[in-house]
Amino acid sequence: MAELNISERQAGDVTILDMDGKITIGEGSVALRSAVRRLLEEGKKKILLNLARVGYIDSSGIGELVSSYTAINKDGGQLKLLNLTQKLQDLLTITKLLTVFDVYENEAEALDSFK
Amino acid sequence: MTLETTELRLPSRIEAVSEAAAAVSEFMSRLGIDESVAFGVDMAVREAVTNAVLHGNKLDEAKVVDLKLRNSPEAFEIIVHDQGVGFNPNDIPDPTKEENILKTSGRGIFFMRNFMDAVDWSADPKGGTIVRMMKKL
Repeated sequence: MAELNISERQAGDVTILDMDGKITIGEGSVALRSAVRRLLEEGKKKILLNLARVGYIDSSGIGELVSSYTAINKDGGQLKLLNLTQKLQDLLTITKLLTVFDVYENEAEALDSFK
Repeated sequence: MTLETTELRLPSRIEAVSEAAAAVSEFMSRLGIDESVAFGVDMAVREAVTNAVLHGNKLDEAKVVDLKLRNSPEAFEIIVHDQGVGFNPNDIPDPTKEENILKTSGRGIFFMRNFMDAVDWSADPKGGTIVRMMKKL
């Protein structure tokens, strides 16, 4: 089984990536980077990452979230985060990244925020 | 409490990170370490081994990373020894400073220091860098 499985859903012009697994150095980080780059190439610039089933992330995975955020912003898009686990929320808090990312606990609210 | 020592020689590949984490996880479960503490230790070990493999040994397959785990009645100690040229951890900028927040790397050492009670680096006179991390029990 892959370290990180990513499935894609479309809600209007927002692409939701449901992520399941670990975002860690190597396979997990690469999978996230590839998914985001492919969406940008397809012109999909409103991206919501559903992290409910991401049980583990390391500094490389956090770096990849930041990299995705800046790449999407640079392209005039928006990246938002949905359903952070408590551990991920703690990591984003201590790294002060919680002030950078737009984070939601409810999918409908997250989708509304793109309008 | 049983006093244990585990030693592991790891290859300079990214896969070594999960191998090290699995060994530490087994060790901690034998010690009955609380899950919330185990999470931080696991994170610190992964970051230390990632640094050893990637920045220390630069993925050179001719080099290895030695991992040593031991406990005492007061603490759990993890030692990661690479064969790289070494570095000064104080040269790594604080990733929480405003100018560094959006950097895509440089958080590994911050996590190690954050989750462990003590972390220190030393140069092995025979070569390589030794990282000692300690978590109080």
